Amino acid sequence: MSSKSSSTQAKGVNEVTLGQKLKSYTRTPGSMVVMLLVMLAAVITFAVLIFLIAYILVNGVPYLQPSLFSLEYSSENASLMPALINTVIMTALSLLIAVPFGIFSAIFLVEYAKRGNKFVEVIRLTTETLQGIPSIVYGLFGMLFFVTTCGWGFSILAGAFTLSIMVLPLIMRSTEEALKAVPDSYREGSFGLGAGKLRTVFRIVLPSAVPGILAGVILAIGRIVGETAALIYTAGTVADIPSSVMSSGRTLAVHMYNLASEGLYMDQAYATAVILLVLVVGINTLSGVVAKRLTKA
Amino acid sequence: MSKLSIKNLDLYYSDFKALKDVNLEIEEHKITAFIGPSGCGKSTLLKSINRMNDLVEGCRIEGEILLDGKNIFKDIDVNVLRKRVGMVFQKPNPFPMSIYDNIAYGPRTHGIHSKAKLDDIVEKSLRDAAIWDECKDRLKKSALGMSGGQQQRLCIARALAVQPEVLLMDEPTSALDPISTSKIEDLAMELKKDYTIVMVTHNMQQAVRVSDNTAFFLLGEVVEYNDTEKLFSIPSDKRTEDYITGRFG
Amino acid sequence: MKSKAWTEKFMRGVFFIAACASVLAVALICVFLFANGIPAMSEIGFLDFLTGKMWKPNNDIYGIFPMIVGSLYVTAGAIIVGVPIGILTAVFMAFYCPKQIYKPLKTATELLAGIPSVVYGFFGLVVLVPIIRQLGRDLGFGGNGSSMLTASLLLGMMILPTIIGLTESSLRAVPTQYYEGAVALGATHERAIFRVVLPAAKSGTIAAIVLGVGRAIGETMAVIMVAGNQARMPQGIFRGIRTLTANIVIEMGYATDLHREALIATGVVLFVFILIINFCVALLNRRDSRE
Repeated sequence: MSSKSSSTQAKGVNEVTLGQKLKSYTRTPGSMVVMLLVMLAAVITFAVLIFLIAYILVNGVPYLQPSLFSLEYSSENASLMPALINTVIMTALSLLIAVPFGIFSAIFLVEYAKRGNKFVEVIRLTTETLQGIPSIVYGLFGMLFFVTTCGWGFSILAGAFTLSIMVLPLIMRSTEEALKAVPDSYREGSFGLGAGKLRTVFRIVLPSAVPGILAGVILAIGRIVGETAALIYTAGTVADIPSSVMSSGRTLAVHMYNLASEGLYMDQAYATAVILLVLVVGINTLSGVVAKRLTKA
Repeated sequence: MSKLSIKNLDLYYSDFKALKDVNLEIEEHKITAFIGPSGCGKSTLLKSINRMNDLVEGCRIEGEILLDGKNIFKDIDVNVLRKRVGMVFQKPNPFPMSIYDNIAYGPRTHGIHSKAKLDDIVEKSLRDAAIWDECKDRLKKSALGMSGGQQQRLCIARALAVQPEVLLMDEPTSALDPISTSKIEDLAMELKKDYTIVMVTHNMQQAVRVSDNTAFFLLGEVVEYNDTEKLFSIPSDKRTEDYITGRFG
Repeated sequence: MKSKAWTEKFMRGVFFIAACASVLAVALICVFLFANGIPAMSEIGFLDFLTGKMWKPNNDIYGIFPMIVGSLYVTAGAIIVGVPIGILTAVFMAFYCPKQIYKPLKTATELLAGIPSVVYGFFGLVVLVPIIRQLGRDLGFGGNGSSMLTASLLLGMMILPTIIGLTESSLRAVPTQYYEGAVALGATHERAIFRVVLPAAKSGTIAAIVLGVGRAIGETMAVIMVAGNQARMPQGIFRGIRTLTANIVIEMGYATDLHREALIATGVVLFVFILIINFCVALLNRRDSRE
C-alpha cells in the first residue's frame, strides 16, 4: 500500500537517502559496526539454510530412481519404500492416540477447569516438562515401558505410543490456544439458546477452533516424520513393511540414519534426505497455510 | 531571527494529508503552544520538528523546517538534530533502568563517559527538572518505581541532560494529576529562560497559563497564530473563537 | 433430561481423564527411568559413576564423567556459535528486515526448526566433517573431522531457530516508547536497540538461551553422526568426543545386564539435567509474566 503511494508520488523531504544514511553512520562508527554485525548474522543464518537445502537437493535428486521405490528392501537395493510406508503407518497410529487425548485435555483445561485451579497448574507444568524432554529420553522410556514391561517387543505399536506422548504437549498447546481464541460471545450465544455445555463445546467452540487444532496436528506430523532417537529402541530398525502393528519397522528418518551411519549406501542416503526434506517443508508450509486461514477467519 | 521556521510544510500519512501548507515562526526563549481538537495535526507537526515522524511508515513531508536557518532535513544529521531538539512524550516513558542510568543515557550516547562529569550532569538535570530532592537518595533504584508525575519530570530531566536548545512537549500533563500538572507547568516556565519550548496541549487553560504564543490548528491547517493573550482575548478568526469559547472540539 | 445430565457428567469425566494423561506420562517416565537407573548407579557407586573417567563396559568399569564433560562442552560450543548469531538475527528480524522480505524469512526460520535432526546430522557428516578435517590438518591439530568443534558448529546451527524465534518475540513485546525515547535523545537506531530495547527484553532472551541449551544437550542423532563418539576425556576441539545422548544410542543395541542399566542411568543423568533446565525456564517465564 505504502509502496504504491511512494512510487506514484514525489519523494518527501523526510525520505532518508542512502547517502545520508552512510554519512550518518560515518559519524557514529560504533553503530555502523553493530549494524554490519547484525547484517552479517542474518546473512549467515539464511545462507546456511539455503546452502543446506540446496546441497541436499543437488546431490540427492539425481539418485531418486524408480528402484528406490520398490516394495522390497534388499542389500542390493536399499529401497526407501518400506520405510516410507512405515512412516505413514507410524504417523497415523501416533495421531490416533495423541489427538483425542490432546484435544480432550485442552477442552478440560479451557472449558471446564476453574481459573487458578491447582490441578491446572500441575498439568501446565507437566506439559512444559514433556515439551523439554529430549527424544532419546522418550526412546529410553518407551523401551523400558512399552517394549519390555508391556512385552510388546520392538514394534510399530511401541514406537507409536512413545511418539504419541512426545507430540501430546504440542497438540494440547495448539488446541488450548485455538479454544481460547474462540470469543466468549459464541459460548454465551449457545448457552443463551438453552444448549448444554457439551453441545456448546462440540457444536460451537470446537468447529471454530479447527484451523488452530489442525495447524498443531500438522506440526506434530512434522515431528513424527523427522523423529529418530525415540524410535530406534522402540520400533526397531527392520527395513521391511510390517505384517502387523506388533512387528518392528523403521521409519524414513531411522532408515536415513542407518544408511548414513553404515556408510554403504550414501547415494540412497542423499535421496532419502531429499524425500525427508520435501516432506518436512511441505508439512511446514501446509501448517502455515492452515494457520493463516485461522487468522483470517 | 526566529529559532525555528516552518515553511510551506505538507505532510502525508500514505494518502491522507495530515498537514496543509503550515507556516510558523517559533521564537527563541518563549513557550509556544499548539492547540486544537484531536486529530488536527498539532502532535504531527511537533513530531516533525525532531523528525520522529520518520519512524512512522508511509509518512511523507514536503516543504522545510529551519533550525537556526539550517534545513533539518538536509543540513543536519538526524541524530544531532534530536540531540539539539529534545522531546518529552505524552506518556512518561522512562527506560527500565535506574534513575541515574536514565539520565546518563543521553550524555553517554553523545560520548561522555567520565564518572565525575556524568554525576554532575545527572545532578544538574534533576535539579533543573525540580526532582532532585525527591530522588537524590535513590538514584540507583529503578525509575519504574516512581509516580507518574515524577516519571514525567524524570523524562524532562533526561531530555535536559543532553543540553538541547529546543524542548518539544507532547501533551506532557495529559496523563497526570492536577498537582503534578502544575509542577510541570511551573517547570516549563522556569525552563524557558534557557530553552525554546514548544508544547502541544489539549487544555486551553494550560495554554493561557504558560505559553507566550499560541497556534490554533484545525484539520491540518494553522488557522491562527498569535500572541497567546491576543489569540484568546480577540481572536481574529471565527473558527478560533468558536473553539476557545467551547462551541466545538 | 436425566440422561442428558448424565452424559454431561460422563464427558466431563472423560475430559478430566484425558487431562490426567500428561501428568501420568511424566510420572511414568520418572518412575521407570529412576527405577531402572538408580539401582545401577548405587551398584557402581554414585560417585564412581558420576566422576569416574573410565568407561570400559568390558571390564565392568562405568564412569560417565567423560560423557558429562562431552555434553557440557558441545553445549557450550553450540551456545558460543548459536547465541550471538541467533540474537543478532532476531534483532535483524525485529528491527532491520524490509517488510517485503519479512514473511519469507520468517518462514525460513520456522523451516530451520522443522528440519529433522538426521538431516542436520547427515549434512554435518558430508559437509562439515571434511571441512573440519582439512582445517585440523592445515592447522596441525590433526583429527579426522568428527570432533567437538564439528558437533558444536552443527548444534549451534540447530539451536538458531529456537533462539531467533523466542528472542524476536520478546523484542517485539518491548513497548515502542522505550525505543522512541532513546531515539528522541539522539541515539542511533543501533544504540537504541542494543542499550535500551535488548536489555528490556533480557528475561525473554535468557529463556531463549536456556531453551537452546536444553535442545543442544538433548540432541542425539545429529551429534552421533559428527562427534566421533570416543568414550574418553576431551583432548582438544579437533578431537572426537562422546555425549551422554550418544552413549545411550551407540551401546544400547548390544548392552546387557549392568551395562544396560548403566546406560539407562546415563539417561537418568541427562533427564535430571533437562529437569533443571526446564525448571529454570519455568522460573524465568513465571517471573516474566509477573512483571
